[in-house]
Amino acid sequence: MRLGAHIHVSAPPSAVWEIISDPTRQLSYMSGITRWEVSGEPPAGLGARYRMLLRVGSAEVGGLIELVEFVPDREIAWTSVTGVDQRGRWRLREAPDGRTKVELRLAYGVAGSGFGGWVAEHVAAPTVSAHLRRSLQQLARLVEAEQVRARAAARRTAQRA
Amino acid sequence: MAQMSTAPAQARRNGTAPEPEPAKDSGAGSLLSRALNAVADQAQRRIPRADLDERDPDFIRERLPLMWLVASIWFRGEVRGLGNIPESGGVLLVGNHSGGNLTPDTIVFTLAFNAYFGVERAFYQLAHNLVLATPALGSLRKFGTVAASPRNARKALASGAALLVYPGGDFEAHRPSWKSSRVDFDRRKGFIRLALEQDVPLVPVVSIGGQETALFLSRGDRLARLLALDRMFRLKVLPISIAAPWGLNIGDMLGHIPLPAKITIETLPAIDLRAEFGPDPDLDEAYDHVVGLMQDTLDALAAERRLPIIG
Repeated sequence: MRLGAHIHVSAPPSAVWEIISDPTRQLSYMSGITRWEVSGEPPAGLGARYRMLLRVGSAEVGGLIELVEFVPDREIAWTSVTGVDQRGRWRLREAPDGRTKVELRLAYGVAGSGFGGWVAEHVAAPTVSAHLRRSLQQLARLVEAEQVRARAAARRTAQRA
Repeated sequence: MAQMSTAPAQARRNGTAPEPEPAKDSGAGSLLSRALNAVADQAQRRIPRADLDERDPDFIRERLPLMWLVASIWFRGEVRGLGNIPESGGVLLVGNHSGGNLTPDTIVFTLAFNAYFGVERAFYQLAHNLVLATPALGSLRKFGTVAASPRNARKALASGAALLVYPGGDFEAHRPSWKSSRVDFDRRKGFIRLALEQDVPLVPVVSIGGQETALFLSRGDRLARLLALDRMFRLKVLPISIAAPWGLNIGDMLGHIPLPAKITIETLPAIDLRAEFGPDPDLDEAYDHVVGLMQDTLDALAAERRLPIIG
């Protein structure tokens, strides 16, 4: 099952990147995530591994994931090492008026699980889809709030000067 | 589903019990006794030997989606506190057991454990001998289910695996529905001895809802004794319930269609018995402590429930 959602954030890609590339901040905006832990070295960047869990229905599903693409201000992709098969991607693109289009994609399933797996993927889809949308909304609020704070701080500094 | 008590025949096979003394009575009584022993030995021979290698992580992984469907849609399962289970090493998970022979609490917890820790972490469950001897349930061994005996429990824990036991076994799983919120291990303390002997932490796992999947009327324990089921098949009960699709269901041997009761499971913080009770803990004190904690949690879970089945 492949799901995706996108949102426009009133901030440059670098501001969004600062948050999505920081493994310590995932829990503050990712909806449904109950665990996001760094597993080994490096803690961030290409090859970084995380143990993540997402609550869907009566289980927390996920496993160990590894970052397989890491292009600053543009792209992060991951794939599962253990647990549910998954491949996800953050995609940042500049939009008009200094905004950024942020896209979050997730493909998931369990290879070899047959018809039961197919049904489960479809039954879980609305919940997973809602988590993706909510994560983007929470990310947008977080980034925009930080932008407002940064501008206010800059103003205060300018006034003092 | 599981229990820690061991029949004399099983113990003899394992070399852990002395041979019985010759029967002193004679005639019809002796004949009956020999016949019962013969049936018991035949039943024991059909129980597959515990082979921890039979657990198949790929098989479990491929069946998790189907288990997720059953647990999420039919039982609306909710499992709390899995973070209380130590991340690695041997651990004894001790649960209260509900739901007759179908035990929805086991389905929900097995899914939750495997999804949370991954199928790579070895996880075994003890089950009643008859469950494993049933040909249709052979695939349970691939899930890591092994026959309930102290020997198998020791083997699983010594391998560094997580082991789920239900000390109350069939006695507790078939308690009347109106005793749903009561932990009833029948004073079986084998699990305390096991945790001490293997020096592993003990994690209580408390569940509610299973006893609402049918109307359980009686364990039928007297009837089981009268029919010598305990002696022949280690069956302490011959349960009587009203369950779909049978209506009046005696024995629950063919299972039943469970009502879609909400199953809620709470995993409590790990207990290090020696840290709590000293180097040589008193079994009764440790037992009362663990069961008391579980009963308090079950009372709290029961207080949360507004309606039967609905949750």
